[in-house]
Formats: sequence, structure tokens, C-alpha cells
Amino acid sequence: MASTAETDVMIAADGVPLKTKLRRAERMRKIWALGLIAPLFIFIVGGFIIPIISLMTLSVEDPEIPDALPRTAEAFSEWDGKDYPSTESMIIFAEELAAASRGEFGRVSKRLNYEISGFKSMLKATARAADDLALLPADEILQGYIDIDKDWEDQAYWRAVKNASSPYSDYYVLWALDLKRDGESREIVSVDEGRAVYVEVLIRTIEISVAVTILCFIMGLPVAYLLATLPTAKSNLLLILVLLPFWTSLLVRTTSWLVLLQNEGLVNDLGIWIGLWNEPLELVRNRLGVYIAMTHILLPFMVLPMFSVMKSINPWHMRAAASLGAPGWKAFLKVYMPQCMPGVGAGTLLVFILSLGYYITPALVGGPDDQMVSYWIVQNMGRNANWGLGAALSLILLGITMVMFFIYNRFVGIDNLKVN
Amino acid sequence: MKGILSVSAAALSGVALIGLTAVSPAQAEDTITAASWGGAYSASQREAYYKPAAKEIDMTVLEDEWGGTLSEIRVQVETGDYKWTVIDAETGTGLAACDEGLVAELDWDMLGGTDRFLPGSTSDCTVGTIAWATIFAYDGEHEFPGGAVPTTLADFYDLEKFPGKRGLYANSPVVNIEFALIADGVAPADVYTYLNENEDEALDRAFAKMDSIKDEVVWWDSGAMAPQLLSDGEVVMTTAWNGRIYNAIVNEGQSFVIVWDGQVIDYDIWMIPMGHPDYDLGMKFIEYASRPEVMARQSQYISYGPTTYAASELINPDILQHLPTAPANLTNAVWSDTLWWADRTEELGERFQVWRSQ
Repeated sequence: MASTAETDVMIAADGVPLKTKLRRAERMRKIWALGLIAPLFIFIVGGFIIPIISLMTLSVEDPEIPDALPRTAEAFSEWDGKDYPSTESMIIFAEELAAASRGEFGRVSKRLNYEISGFKSMLKATARAADDLALLPADEILQGYIDIDKDWEDQAYWRAVKNASSPYSDYYVLWALDLKRDGESREIVSVDEGRAVYVEVLIRTIEISVAVTILCFIMGLPVAYLLATLPTAKSNLLLILVLLPFWTSLLVRTTSWLVLLQNEGLVNDLGIWIGLWNEPLELVRNRLGVYIAMTHILLPFMVLPMFSVMKSINPWHMRAAASLGAPGWKAFLKVYMPQCMPGVGAGTLLVFILSLGYYITPALVGGPDDQMVSYWIVQNMGRNANWGLGAALSLILLGITMVMFFIYNRFVGIDNLKVN
Repeated sequence: MKGILSVSAAALSGVALIGLTAVSPAQAEDTITAASWGGAYSASQREAYYKPAAKEIDMTVLEDEWGGTLSEIRVQVETGDYKWTVIDAETGTGLAACDEGLVAELDWDMLGGTDRFLPGSTSDCTVGTIAWATIFAYDGEHEFPGGAVPTTLADFYDLEKFPGKRGLYANSPVVNIEFALIADGVAPADVYTYLNENEDEALDRAFAKMDSIKDEVVWWDSGAMAPQLLSDGEVVMTTAWNGRIYNAIVNEGQSFVIVWDGQVIDYDIWMIPMGHPDYDLGMKFIEYASRPEVMARQSQYISYGPTTYAASELINPDILQHLPTAPANLTNAVWSDTLWWADRTEELGERFQVWRSQ
């Protein structure tokens, strides 16, 4: 028995069982492999995943009142929204307004002004008198508020405070879809017409992206075909012509289009000089300019994947089709194109998804009604300092991109992608 | 072509700026950093304040540029890692920064009280340094039908008499609203009374007036772009900041004409970030820059006016005529009501941006 057990366990030269040694070697290799991918992993987590998640949470946070006026937030959330809040909570509100620092008050009044415009100045007047207000007896407190500003008689203002009191809300996400919750019934309704802009912007974003993708496809297909079928020496030269703009800064190319297309730009000067038209045409600072510049900038992303796929298609297939009697166009559609699909798919997906997030090109060559959703993200994150709305718009843009990706995966299949 | 030239000129001046900043004369004990707007404006401050400060108050002033948004100050205050000791900002930004507790209250005893400054140029945390105006200008070489010459804001809005594109400021409704109301017949002196008493009606009227030229508007979003649009022939008239047009006339030889009608005057102010360890040095600099004889120097380098009464009296009449505060230019001027705007910048800004994109 003892001898069989000994033969079961293979022993390495240094006396350690072989199994253990193997396991140790395996573990070392795993640690080594993990060590190799660690920098990339840390970079992705720290550079993408954490910032994206924290940005996304911004879109559902509503921290101003809970942070600056915590007791008010608590007292108001106990109120059912009917009639007026309890007199105690009105007193707490006055006390906290009086005690709030300049910064806290600034953030609260900005947040409440989103609910009802004009709230800011009313709150300022109230805060100035808040010390005295907080000392009023319970039965005079409401009248005290009304004496400062008669709008306090309107329950809508009190409800606005309550509605902004919860630390998390769908407020900004709804806003990014031109929706809001009704102050009283809390049902989802459309915002006033003068404020509705984001649905239109989202539709416009998709519209421009689709148009640019189609334009890139129409223009890119012949180029890619030519590159793939010419003899290598010539096609390499042409390839450089495709790659050169690809390597040039986006900003330089966009600004160049502005110089070329403006009223006294080269294109207009040439057209008038030749006599094609008499008045300068409006080629830029409108949708046309956006299409021209974006198509030009994104074209290489369409040409290169199509080219690399076409390059691998055996030319004999077309000749075989011709020899079997297919006319040229039919052979192209039935034999050549199906084999190109992975390249076409990769090109269209790349161009479409890149277009969705375009900012600087439309901002420079487009008019105010050609701006895409990124422009409004920048506006809200920067100028308006409305991070919640900016984050909500980002969330929706990310959502659209992912939906497109899944639709695409469903019909074309990610496995069929061939980028290079 | 001109665009490319002006870009490279800007790059060159940036290089020059770095050079000047590095070679500070006589290493003084006290060193501060002043944030401002770059270009011709920073150059005027360098000549008027920063260089003389080394000799006169034994202080070295380093320069930086900033974009004018509160978030740039907020980062410094929240981390305690201060880049700037004093900041040159627009009045509205200063008021907002003060409201949010991002800048400190000034030592008004040191500055000799608020009475010696022009009305509206001071607040708890900010003190005016220049008065500047948004005006409108046209290219004198452009021929309008029948030789007509624009002289009023109503002409700016008159597309029949003066056909062609118009340049308007894209980033904010401030001044755009005032201009539209004046062009629609509201007297400059009554603009804010009207906006205060009949706010909704006045705003609807202003937006309707802007609607009437909307299709002909090219929007500018940086100070340098307005004169650029004029010289490129992209627009026949544009609103602009007066110093930028003056600079294009004097330094670039452009044939632009400034129309002083209904111009809206505003201030740039100095402020000190909240909690800055060198608050005292910042105050020392602001006090120096507010001395009448020091302040009066700046208008030799750019056509912006001083903010103290005493400095105004020291200015050479040749220069005075180009300043927004010159008596001859003030007949139909509007003083921007920054307090009125402070309460409305955000909501009207939103309405303006939505309107623009519709």
C-alpha cells in the first residue's frame, strides 16, 4: 500500500511534489500576466469607468437643498404637498436660510430658480429678512413670509422647495428629454414650449450622423474600390492622399473649411470669377457647411476599413461571375458587395458613432440650429454650470450610442467587423 | 488669409508674453500673479500697472490668462492651491463669484471708500478697473445703397435700408436684449425701467425684434471674432467691444467706424480668491492700481476708460474722445444694470440659447 501511494505522487528533483511545483509555476505565470495587463486595467478603470460612472450619477443627484439646508429637506419631505407645509418646517426653513453661507445660499437659489423662474430674487429678499422671520410665532410665520413677498401665498413655491428636497431625483434626466414632473400631481408632462429644445437636438444629432454616414459611404466606396484594384505602386500613392488628411489635426481641417467656404473665401471667389454664380453663396455657418466638413473629416474612417476588406477579395470571383454571364453591375452587387459587407459595416459604424459625439466641427462651421448634443453638454457643463443637466444629456448620448451598437450587432454582427 | 495671419500674430504675442513674464525687472520682495484676458488688453495692463509696480511699490506682478468662468476659480478655492492673487473679471462674473463665496470681500478702508468710484463699479468683493462698452461698428469702405450711413441702433436693425449680414454676440443675452429694445424705439434711459416694470412684455418685444433679423445674423463668440467678421466681409455691421474695434482701426489700419448710440457700458473689476494666503499683497496691488494717476495711464494703451472720477480728469483729451466714458460719447449711453442681470443671467441665458437654436 505504502509503495503505491509513493508512486502516485510524482516528486521533482528537489523533493517537492510535481503537482505543487506545477501549480506554483502556473500561479507565477498568472501573476506575471496580470502584472502585464495591470497598467491598462488601472488606466481603463481610473480613466474611463470611474469617471463615466461618477458623471452618470451626477445626472440623478439633486444635492443642493439636502446639503445646504438639511433640516429643511427633512421637514419638507414629511409634508404631503397639500395646502401649506407645517409651521414648524417654515420656521426651520427661515432659520437655515439665515444661517446659510453665501455659497450655500447661491447654490440653493440657483436650484430653486430652475423650478420656478423668479424664485432667486424672491429668495434673496427672504434670506435678508430670515433672522427676524425665524423668531415669529407659529401662527404668524406664513403671514411673515407673505409680507416679504406676496408670492409665498402661492403654494407652488412651497411645493417647489419640497420637490427639490430629495437627494436623488429624475429631474435632470427628464429635463434632458424636454419633460418635467408637474409641481402638484408629480405626473410627467412636457416643459413649456419656450424651454423645449433637447428632443429636437437629439433628433438633429441622429439626423446629421445618418446623413454624414450615407455621404461618406457614397463617396468612400469608389475610392476604396479604386485603391483595392489599382496596381500597388499607384494605390500606395493614392493611399497617402487618403491618410494625409487623416493625420492632420481636426481643428486645422475644420478651420480650413471655414476659410475656403466663407463669403469671400476661395470657393466663392472662384465661382464668381468663373461666372458660375454672381452673389456669394452661403456655404458655411449652416447645415451644408457641417455636412461638407464632417464628411471630409470622417471619410478616411469609411475608406480604410472598406479598403482593407476589398483588398482581400479574390479578383477571380468577379471574373468567374462574368464568365458565367453576369453583367458587370450584377456581378458587383451579387458577388463583390456581399464580400465587402464586413468592411462596409465597420466603416459605417465607426463614422456613425464618431459623428454622434461631434462637437468642435459643427461649433465652428455650423449655425446655431446645427449644433449637436455635445454642444449642449459643453454649454451646460461650462457656461451654465448646470452639471446635472449636462450629465443627463451625456447619459442619453451614451444610451443612444449603445442602442445603435446593439441594433447593429443584431443585424450585422460584431464578429463581422473588420477594421483593419 | 487674414484669419491665418491673425492666428499666427496671436501665437507670436503669446510667445512675447512668456518672454516678458520670465524677465521680471529687479527681483522685488512681493510677488503676485494677476489673471486677465490676454492680447491687447493684457498688454495695456502690463504697461500701465505691472511694470511700474516693480519700481513704485516694489512688487513683481506675474501674468496669467483665464477664460472667465467661475469653475476656474472654484477649483483653486476648493483645493487651496492658488494660481492667482488678483483676477480681472466682468462685473457679472464678479457678483456671481461673490454670491457663491469664491472671492473675498475687499478692504474698503484701504481703497478709500466706494464714493470715489463711478456708480455701479463696486460691490463688497469687487472694484472696477476699466469701463468698456459694447458698441456697433461698420466698415467705412462698405457702400450701402444710396450712400446711406448707419447712425443709430434702429439702423442696425433696418435690413431694407442697410441690407447685409449682422454680427451679434452668441454667448449671452446681455446687451443683445438692450440693443433690441433701443432699436425698437425704447429710449436708452428707459430700458431698465421698462424691463423692471413690464418684464415679460419687454422681453417678448426684445426677442421679437431679434427675430426680425435672425436669418441675417452671424454669431461671434470671442472678442477678436467681431472685427474679424467685419474685415472678412462676412458681415456689414457687427456689435463688438469698443477696444477691439479701436485696436483694429489704430493698429491694423482698418477703416471701421464705431457708432456711439445706445452703447451699453460695463466694467471689468478686480477681485481676490477667497482664502488666499497673500490677500494683503492682492489688496496692496488693487490699491495701487486704483490710484488716479496710475489708473489714468491705461487708456494710453487701449481705449477703455478709468473707473474713478479723479482718474477721468487726468486723461488727455485726444485719448478721451475714444473712450466709452467720454462726455461726447455718453449722450445716448446705457449703463449696464448688472444687478438686474445677476438674477436673470441663467434663465434668460437658457431662453436665449434655446431661441437661437430654433
